[in-house]
Amino acid sequence: MSTVTQSLSAAHSEATQKRARVLIGMAFGDKLFAFATKLAAYTVLLVLAGIIISLIVGAWPAITTFGFDFLITSRWAPQLEPEPVLGALAPIYGTLVSSFIAMLIAVPFGLGIAIFLTELCPHSLRKPIRLAIELLAGIPSIIYGMWGFFVLGPFLANYIEPGIVAAFADIPVLNAVFGGDMVSNLSLFNASLILAIMILPFITAIAVDVFSTVPPVLKEAAYGIGCTTWEVVNNVVLPFTRVGVVGGVMLALGRALGETMAVTFIIGNSFKISGSIFAPSTTISAAIASEFAESSGLHQSALILLGLLLFVLTFFVLATARFMLMRLEKRAGA
Amino acid sequence: MKFSTLIAAGFALAVSASAVLADDISGAGATFPFPIYSKWADAYKKATGIGLNYQSIGSGAGIKQIQAKTVTFGATDIPQKSEDLAKFGLVQWPQVMGGIVPVVNLEGIAAGDLVLDGPTLANIYLGKVKAWDDAAIVKLNPGVKLPATPIVVVRRSDGSGTTFNFTTYLSAVNADFKSGVGAGQAVEWPVGVGAKGNDGVAANVMQTKGSIGYVEYAFAKQNGMVHADMINSAGKRVKPKLESFAAAAANADWNSAPNFNLVIVNQPGDMSWPMTNATFILMYSQPDDKAAAAAALAFFDWSFTNGGKMAEELDYIPMPETVIAKIKSSAWTTIITK
Repeated sequence: MSTVTQSLSAAHSEATQKRARVLIGMAFGDKLFAFATKLAAYTVLLVLAGIIISLIVGAWPAITTFGFDFLITSRWAPQLEPEPVLGALAPIYGTLVSSFIAMLIAVPFGLGIAIFLTELCPHSLRKPIRLAIELLAGIPSIIYGMWGFFVLGPFLANYIEPGIVAAFADIPVLNAVFGGDMVSNLSLFNASLILAIMILPFITAIAVDVFSTVPPVLKEAAYGIGCTTWEVVNNVVLPFTRVGVVGGVMLALGRALGETMAVTFIIGNSFKISGSIFAPSTTISAAIASEFAESSGLHQSALILLGLLLFVLTFFVLATARFMLMRLEKRAGA
Repeated sequence: MKFSTLIAAGFALAVSASAVLADDISGAGATFPFPIYSKWADAYKKATGIGLNYQSIGSGAGIKQIQAKTVTFGATDIPQKSEDLAKFGLVQWPQVMGGIVPVVNLEGIAAGDLVLDGPTLANIYLGKVKAWDDAAIVKLNPGVKLPATPIVVVRRSDGSGTTFNFTTYLSAVNADFKSGVGAGQAVEWPVGVGAKGNDGVAANVMQTKGSIGYVEYAFAKQNGMVHADMINSAGKRVKPKLESFAAAAANADWNSAPNFNLVIVNQPGDMSWPMTNATFILMYSQPDDKAAAAAALAFFDWSFTNGGKMAEELDYIPMPETVIAKIKSSAWTTIITK
């Protein structure tokens, strides 16, 4: 009898021990999992810090040589002896203006497509149009560059741009913006147009996704009280999805600022600030892509500094967008 | 500087890893001679079984590679000064030559119809000569119908040995160009659009009416581009072809150039093409790996002996016999391979 009890209690304690072991094992597994995710997250921070530090180290000779003047100098003369004169103003100007024009074109187009797809488009057409737009996002940027170089650039330069130049020739200010004593296949405007096509899918895809999160009951209610489609979009859909739409636009802007290969092909790579959008220009990333391979010394350091500036510029643009978004939220909440 | 050593170290790892796999000769540098080095390497491998691993990463990067001792030889389009060579214990010699050709895209103008001289070409690239019917161009081309359209100037956007030789020539013949722009791999161009690589400039000129660009002869020839003739330093009109490049090379004074530090643009002689350029090899006089250095020298020796015809097929110009003899008796004797 007692032996039975003994063996029973032994079995019991064995089971307890086993359970405890399993539990410890699970706790350990959980800890390991938490550690792995933490490691992944911290690695990203570490890589980011590493990139920033190596950029600063690489840019240091240029920072100490040129100082603040680097930001306000529009000359880029790496050949000068004994010391090159290098300034970032022209590439910064080209980066900002090309991205601005691209956004000017892509945002209304992208949102327009998204509204059409979610509100107006017949069902049978939705899939093919969405697929086409997503395919646009999948095209490598070098293909855009080559298409812009061989097809779009010559077409614009031969058929479209001379007409625009002529049309604005007699209007002050505009004749400078759209002016061009030398319209060529490569220009700031052409690069902006290619950029606009490249970022369009980002804006559209995200806008379509967030537009379809609007509860149908809200839209139906608006239609019920006699709203037009425009009124529904403007007063119901857009306010409801503002955060998502601005997020998509920011993502697109981030891509436009940093786009390299396509822009290098068609912007003309000229370190000149010209009032005309039909003149060749350059961007920060295009300048780095063009010149880094054959650069050395201070020239190379200045190119790395340009990279650092692009980093800062992108950060500021995105931070400003976030800040604006926050204020928008507050106002909408009040 | 730190950053570049870091990059060099990265390359070093990659290169040494591949060097372990095969006993190939390793080299890196200029992109301009890459096609002919590849062709020589193919033929050399068939003849001897020894291959060449040449990375065409650009002259500047090639110099960095050889300074970091990650390759057996470096290749550069820009000859190095004696003091720079001495600092690293490097030996330099010219391996093969080419020619730079002005190419144009003009309605009704065929290859060789147009002629330019150095100062006018420089003024075009300075933005001083703006239209094709400018008096300076008309004066050089009596009887040629020139359109009253603006000149679209096309130049390189990337740093390049071609640009170095081209701007060295323009600086030599035009004082304004020398003071205003100067010579270099990448310069501050007052006008024009920048395109990447010889192929980029060629494609741009072929696409843009009224444009002018400069490319290596091989690119102009293979793309069937319309070149302009040049007036050389002797005042004679010359066409870009192997004979005129060879004449310039033959007239170049290699003997009085220490360590072959010579840019062979604007050479004297009635036949000389004014924009002829050489590309150079850099090696250590006291290499760490003597066997590898010996193998590289054997390859270059073989190329000098057997590679002339192959070079001409690809529109390069082989070095003249006298220069080869001088390279063998001077530069090569200072390399210790045993």
